[in-house]
Amino acid sequence: MSGPRWLIAPAVLGLALIVLPLIALIAKLDWTSVPAAILSPEALSALTLSLITAAAATVVCIVLGVPLALLIARTTSRAAGVLRAVVTLPLVLPPLVGGIALLFLLGRTGLVGASLDAVGVRIPFTTGAVVIAQSFVAMPFLVIAVEGAFRTAGVRYEQVAATLGASRWTTFRRVTLPLVGPSLVAGIVLCFARALGEFGATALFAGNQEGVTRTMPLAIYTAFNGGGIGQDTAIALSLLLVVVAVLVLLAMRSWREDVGL
Amino acid sequence: MSTPLTDVGSRLVVDVLARRGAFVLDVALEIPAGRVLAVLGPNGSGKSTLLDVVVGRLQPERGDVRIGERTLCDAASGVSVPPEHRRVGLLNQAPSLFPHLSALENVAFGPRASGSSRHDARARAAQLLDAVGLLGYEDRRPAKLSGGQQQRVALARALAAQPDVLLLDEPFSALDVTTAADMRMLTAETLHGTSTTAVIVTHDVVDALSLADDCVVLDSGRVVDGGRIGRVLGMPRSPFVAALAGMNFLTGTLLGDGLLRTDDGRMLRARDSESVRAGERAFAAFAPSSVGIARDDRHLPEGESRLDAVVDQWERGVGGVHVRLVGALSADMNPAEFAALGLRRGEPVVLHVPAAAVSVYPADGGAPTR
Repeated sequence: MSGPRWLIAPAVLGLALIVLPLIALIAKLDWTSVPAAILSPEALSALTLSLITAAAATVVCIVLGVPLALLIARTTSRAAGVLRAVVTLPLVLPPLVGGIALLFLLGRTGLVGASLDAVGVRIPFTTGAVVIAQSFVAMPFLVIAVEGAFRTAGVRYEQVAATLGASRWTTFRRVTLPLVGPSLVAGIVLCFARALGEFGATALFAGNQEGVTRTMPLAIYTAFNGGGIGQDTAIALSLLLVVVAVLVLLAMRSWREDVGL
Repeated sequence: MSTPLTDVGSRLVVDVLARRGAFVLDVALEIPAGRVLAVLGPNGSGKSTLLDVVVGRLQPERGDVRIGERTLCDAASGVSVPPEHRRVGLLNQAPSLFPHLSALENVAFGPRASGSSRHDARARAAQLLDAVGLLGYEDRRPAKLSGGQQQRVALARALAAQPDVLLLDEPFSALDVTTAADMRMLTAETLHGTSTTAVIVTHDVVDALSLADDCVVLDSGRVVDGGRIGRVLGMPRSPFVAALAGMNFLTGTLLGDGLLRTDDGRMLRARDSESVRAGERAFAAFAPSSVGIARDDRHLPEGESRLDAVVDQWERGVGGVHVRLVGALSADMNPAEFAALGLRRGEPVVLHVPAAAVSVYPADGGAPTR
């Protein structure tokens, strides 16, 4: 290691801060009860809901985020700076604040929600609200990852495609998107992981109703507050989330090595 | 297969005024169907601006671009066909192959984009890869091809899209000398074999000689000379073209009887000055290989001019030493002569120029040079 030797001390402490809590979590686990805990109806319900909503949110982020990323990458550098800052906002905003903001927009008396309510559409406290909350917090991960790749790839290949007679849609589909493939996959993975772990915005905007809006993080929170599933189940579910996160990171890493990133 | 690779040849007519920042391009060009035009010019003369106008990346302020009966853009009516519908191909200095596609898929891209079936597109791509000598490389990704091979694929890809006009922008300048020579021959054969109307923008006189029938010389956004390449290079009308042609170039006034007084006060004798009248402005050109260098003019033979000069520097020339003299003149010497003379930088010398080697022609015979 270069630099002053004593820097090793804070470095090790930093690592411990990340690793020790996870070790404590595993240590607390009663392994014999894990299968039953994970397979309990409440746990399965939360797990299923989490996977479905996170997948849906990821699709929303892809469909909206990829065009947004392209827009940012191809606009003037000043406008791009502003747009990038706006897109990053959910990343630095406390998710609770995001949830409140979503309520003020789509709630029954909200900016848009009031009109929706008039035609009989109510979004808050539905599974749809979970997906919206997750999309809100996960979108930046996808946009930032893909936008950088679009910008790096530049317009050179797109211009070549045009001289070969390719329409803009063909060029986008066969040149622009494949060129950012690796970054797109990385963005999707991060986006999914973030959606899976989303808690704050969901709790405020979607509530905590079993089978409808109680995703894994909410189930874990409820369990620790003494309701719903037991604490053992909560710990097992927490571990499951950790395992999913680690798998996601490992998958991304080996895959990045495959494509030489 | 007996079908020609590209059977469409169309006349290209460009008559535009285009602006990019403070730079103004103001040119009128016409390339007959199936012919190749070389566009020569120093950096910043407007070559890439011209290409951008034809490709469709820059809209002219005035005038139009047409291929055969088709209008690509017309400033008066506001028509501008988007690049993907112009049928104008482009081969750049960088091959810019799509990195995620194989060689075959790269070449098949154009036919696929224009609606050919997958099978037809691949068949045509295979045929073109064969034509550029890359049989057996179909499945290679660009990263697994050499620079020369990549440029061959890029040529095949450009032709596969069956452009009405192919633009070549310094297509060999990124290749090493041997590869460039191969690629130049291949491109020349392919263009002529397919009767493709083409424009090649280049710094390299060998590119122009190998590929083109005619050339124009651009300077500061205007055409300053043009015509058959042999004429343009043989009678340069600007220092830039003279340098391209490897000729010494002087401007002056004809005194009569084959004697030219140059603008810097030298006297130059020419073999034949019948095209210029006494008292008229004239250009003179002579090859460095015809120039002799001596320390004095005691042995000046009959019919030779003497020009005082100062040695500036020297470099390897064709078959000897290329000596550059102060004031844009040069002379070729064989190494033994050079060694015997023992020239030093800054040394005054006398150049001997045989009158028979000097051609003199009217300065007002073409567009104004600057």
